[in-house]
Amino acid sequence: MNLFSAFFYLFSTLTVASASMVVFSRNPVHSTLFLVLSFFNVAGLFVLLGAEFLAMTLILVYVGAVSVLFLFIVMMLDINFVKLNEGFMSYLPIGACVMGVLLIELFIAFGAWKGFPNAYNLLQAPIEEHLSNTEALGRVLYTRYVYHFQSAGLILLIAMIGAIVLTLRHKPGVLRQVVADQIARCPETSVEIRKVKSGQGI
Amino acid sequence: MTEITLSHYLTVAALLFSLGVFGIFVNRKNVIVILMSIELMLLAVNINFVAFSIYLGDLTGQVFALLVLTVAACEAAIGLAILVSFERNRGSIAVEDINVMKG
Repeated sequence: MNLFSAFFYLFSTLTVASASMVVFSRNPVHSTLFLVLSFFNVAGLFVLLGAEFLAMTLILVYVGAVSVLFLFIVMMLDINFVKLNEGFMSYLPIGACVMGVLLIELFIAFGAWKGFPNAYNLLQAPIEEHLSNTEALGRVLYTRYVYHFQSAGLILLIAMIGAIVLTLRHKPGVLRQVVADQIARCPETSVEIRKVKSGQGI
Repeated sequence: MTEITLSHYLTVAALLFSLGVFGIFVNRKNVIVILMSIELMLLAVNINFVAFSIYLGDLTGQVFALLVLTVAACEAAIGLAILVSFERNRGSIAVEDINVMKG
C-alpha cells in the first residue's frame, strides 16, 4: 500500500466516522465538534486530490466561521436537549430504510456508470499542468466565471443583511441617537429666551 | 492494494450524503442537528464536484464547488438567524412547535 492510498483511507474513514458521530451524538456541542473534524478530513481528501485552494477555503469557512456560529447558537439558546432527543429510536427504522435505499441506488448508479468518452472533448476549462491550483482557479474564476463569482458575492451580502435584519431588535427605553430628530430641531422648539432679573436668578 | 480511483471518492461522497439524509430523519426534533446534516450533504456534493473535476481534468467543477460552499455558508447563517428570532418569539426551537403557518 503506498502512502497516497494509506492517507486516502485514513481521511475517508475519519470523515465517515465523524459524520456518523454528528448524527448519533446526544449533545449538540459534540455534534458541532465532530462536524469540524469531518470538514478537516474532507479538506485532507481535497489536498490529496490536488485541489489545495478549496481545501484551505473549506478550513477557513467551516472550521473558522460556520462551526463558531453553530457553537455560539447552541450555547446561546437555552434548550432542553433531553426533550429534543426524544423519539430518536422511533425514527431510527424509517431513517435506516431511507438511507439503505439511497445507498443502494447510488451504488447501482455509480456501478453502471462507465464514463463518457466524449466528455474529454467538451472540457470548459482544462487544468494546465504548469500552474498551481490556486493560480489556475483564479485565472478561470476572474475571467470565464466572473458573473458567477459576482453573484456569489451578492448572495453573501444578502445573507449578511438578512441575518442582521432577522436578529436586530430595539429595546424600549434605551436612549439612542436619532439623526432625523436632530436635524429637525429648529431655534423655536429648542431655545427659550428668558429675561433674568439681576440679583435673583431664575 | 489498488490505486485510488474516482469511484473511491464517489463511494465516500455517497456514504456521507446518505448519512446526512439519515441524520435528518433520525433527529427530527432537533433543528440544529438537521442544519448540520444539511451541511454534511452539501459537503458530499462538494466531494463529488472536486473528484470529477480532477479526474476529468476540468477546473469548472472546482469553481462550482466554491459556489456551493458560498451557498452553504449563507444557508447556515440565515438558518441560525431564523432560529434565534424564533426562539425569542416562541421560547422554544422544537420542530413540532413550528406550525404557525399551517392552515
